[in-house]
Amino acid sequence: MQRDDLVGAVQAAYEARTPLRLRGAGSKDFYGGVLAGEVLDLAAYCGVVAYEPTELYVTARCGTPLRELEAVLAERGQMLACEPPRFAGATVGGAVAAGLSGPRRQQAGAVRDFVLGVQLIDGTGQWLNFGGQVMKNVAGYDVSRFMAGSLGTLGVIAEVTLKVLPLAVAETTLVFACDASAAIQRLNQWGRQALPISASFWQAGQLHVRLSGAAAAVLAARRQLGGEVAVDGENWWISVREQTQPAFAGTPLWRLALPSTAPDLPLAGLQAMEWGGGLRWYGPDAGEAVAIRAAATAAGGHAVLYRAAESQRCRDGVFAPLNPALLALHRRLKKVFDPRGILNPGRLYAEF
Amino acid sequence: MNEFDKIDAAVRAEVLAALRLVLPAHCLLSDAEELRPYECDGLTAYREMPLAVCLPEHERQVIDVLRTCHRLGTPVVARGAGTGLSGGAMPHAQGVVLSLARFNRILRVDPQARLAVVQPGVRNLAVSEAAAPHGLYYAPDPSSQIACTLGGNVAENSGGVHCLKYGLTVHNILRLRIISIEGEIFEIGGAAPDAPGYDLLALFIGSEGLLGIVTEVTVKLVPKPELAQVVMASFGDVAQAGDAVAAIIAAGIIPAGLEMMDKAATAAVEPFVKAGYDLNAEAILLCESDGTPEEVAEEIARVTAVLTAAGAQELRVSQSEAERLRFWAGRKAAFPAVGRITPDYYCMDGTIPRKRLAEMLAAIVQMERKYGLRCANVFHAGDGNLHPLIMYDASLPGDWARAEAFGAEILELSVALGGSITGEHGVGIEKINQMCVQYTTPELQAFHRLKEAFDPPGLLNPGKAVPSLHRCAEYGRMHVHAGEIKFPDLERF
Repeated sequence: MQRDDLVGAVQAAYEARTPLRLRGAGSKDFYGGVLAGEVLDLAAYCGVVAYEPTELYVTARCGTPLRELEAVLAERGQMLACEPPRFAGATVGGAVAAGLSGPRRQQAGAVRDFVLGVQLIDGTGQWLNFGGQVMKNVAGYDVSRFMAGSLGTLGVIAEVTLKVLPLAVAETTLVFACDASAAIQRLNQWGRQALPISASFWQAGQLHVRLSGAAAAVLAARRQLGGEVAVDGENWWISVREQTQPAFAGTPLWRLALPSTAPDLPLAGLQAMEWGGGLRWYGPDAGEAVAIRAAATAAGGHAVLYRAAESQRCRDGVFAPLNPALLALHRRLKKVFDPRGILNPGRLYAEF
Repeated sequence: MNEFDKIDAAVRAEVLAALRLVLPAHCLLSDAEELRPYECDGLTAYREMPLAVCLPEHERQVIDVLRTCHRLGTPVVARGAGTGLSGGAMPHAQGVVLSLARFNRILRVDPQARLAVVQPGVRNLAVSEAAAPHGLYYAPDPSSQIACTLGGNVAENSGGVHCLKYGLTVHNILRLRIISIEGEIFEIGGAAPDAPGYDLLALFIGSEGLLGIVTEVTVKLVPKPELAQVVMASFGDVAQAGDAVAAIIAAGIIPAGLEMMDKAATAAVEPFVKAGYDLNAEAILLCESDGTPEEVAEEIARVTAVLTAAGAQELRVSQSEAERLRFWAGRKAAFPAVGRITPDYYCMDGTIPRKRLAEMLAAIVQMERKYGLRCANVFHAGDGNLHPLIMYDASLPGDWARAEAFGAEILELSVALGGSITGEHGVGIEKINQMCVQYTTPELQAFHRLKEAFDPPGLLNPGKAVPSLHRCAEYGRMHVHAGEIKFPDLERF
């Protein structure tokens, strides 16, 4: 697939006012609002365009599978530190559009933190280039970072440049037995110290903590923290990243983003916690959407209906509702890039 | 008084009268003498007197000022400490300056949640000072950190010498409270990750006062590393120093700081601060490692080995905190040190892929001859952000115009080499023409539409950061006859 094919497809849709459903591998079809419009298959627009290990960036076309991209990086001892889920063939374009970060977010940052530049096809079929391949670039608004998490509602992320980081020299996983409240307390206490904690996952009375960094630092932290050393730490974190742990199995599955210090919420159905307490997963027992959203808001966070039947996603909405002023701003921003509203309509919010 | 002056006077009187209704007398400046200190920011070559300066003390007053200006169609230029280096806070002749200097309170430090809620007029360093008793600090440290404010840092997406490892302002802000030109309040981001909807923080941080006025900032605090040590290495060749930086990264090391200075910069600095720099070296590198003592020892050993293999002529590792600070003192004092050996200097801010460094420095040597001006170079080597300091004398006719043309050529070469016209200082008024080089017309149009989504009447910092298409057309025409700019003695805005 050529760049002109993509541009042509969006231009034609713009002319005909045909809604488009942007799709990479479709590994996150379950996520977000309704799937509407004619499928614009982006999987064929793929390949690594540029990779400069010593400049710490990689540029890839949107359809490039994450596994393929990460294999290229691993050959040079580098990684995508935000660890987006790879599911079944997830693509780099989809990873940026969804903005979902993995276990290492706690230490390294979110997907958006690693976006350096995008080549975008807006909703009129214009090819636009924002950001670039350098770490620091404050010329113009930071549109490329702004694309992370927009779920394809602002443009086709045709190419993306991501910052990459070296793999940790050493990694160890420790396991502790504790309940949710104790885990929250410990994780926040540790967060105040200069410890090389790169991930945390609590589930069913067990807290897993990953240490990453210089060999000496990992060893020192291991001595300081105690706990048991996990046998197969590496695969454990892959299962967290790919959400194959039992905690992620239920439907509906709620994803609550909270201040890490928020106490264990008065909700049933807590399945797991990540990111030092900042991300908490709730299963089917959590109750009604209204109550879950209210509990999350009261704790200073918000709730995402991460996985549910389409009927429930339509009824309850996937993302926390925006206040009228913010919703109006979102509508105006949508219009900036997609004046006819043809790109993934309703995927982020039903209103646009 | 001619017709235009009469209109100006009438507008001015109307604006002042309206502002007096919403601000107490001590929060509004209008005498020429009082306005004078506000006519420029850190980029003193560009000046303009504003109509008035507002110094609100409460958010309510900010809202009232913005509503008043919205009603009267008066431009508003926000200002923090005025340390910006791109003229972003230069006033508008028909507008008011909205100073956030009195929003200088740290509202909350929450050591448990590792965040602080501060007003926009709080100084960058004051945040780290307030967090220090808890063993925490705010990571971004622009070299103006003793004076610059968080509001300004947000507007410019400020960096610093540690951003390779710790990120820019955009990576360290959790939440903003913003007032729109219409006086509406927006809360964006939050203490919880992944706020719902579009990533408005990404868009707003670095927007140079064009989208809204910040009244509250929540910043992330991080644990202060137990120890930091710095390696100083000298090289006989700048290209070799550049290769050494690449070798450090290739070895899988992300140092806390990685800085380079060329011979002209060390020559200016050494007599001033006596940092112990090797004055025979063509370039010196400073490479800092931080963390636990074990971590630092391990990393310093690896860095030392890499630098030796890369051909460093001399290597010194700081043996005490005092020595570490002395090594850094020269780098941190580079701007004022250059200021001592020349009447004026003009600091550029391009970023380039690091591997193009030698090319860029060779081109700068050519430009020094072409424009008849000297240039010293300091370089955030880890992230490719180059600060050439062009030395000139503002009292000599034509010197400034040549300095400006010299700077413009460096920036345009930065774009040609695959970089950007600004890494951390912002576009402001200074680099507005070079935006026409970095972006195409459809991209600039998208920027204008973005601004309109936040600020429909276009009253917030008009004329800055994003050039009008008309301006780019003019600049393009000027460039057709290029190399040499016509009427070099004319100041161009």
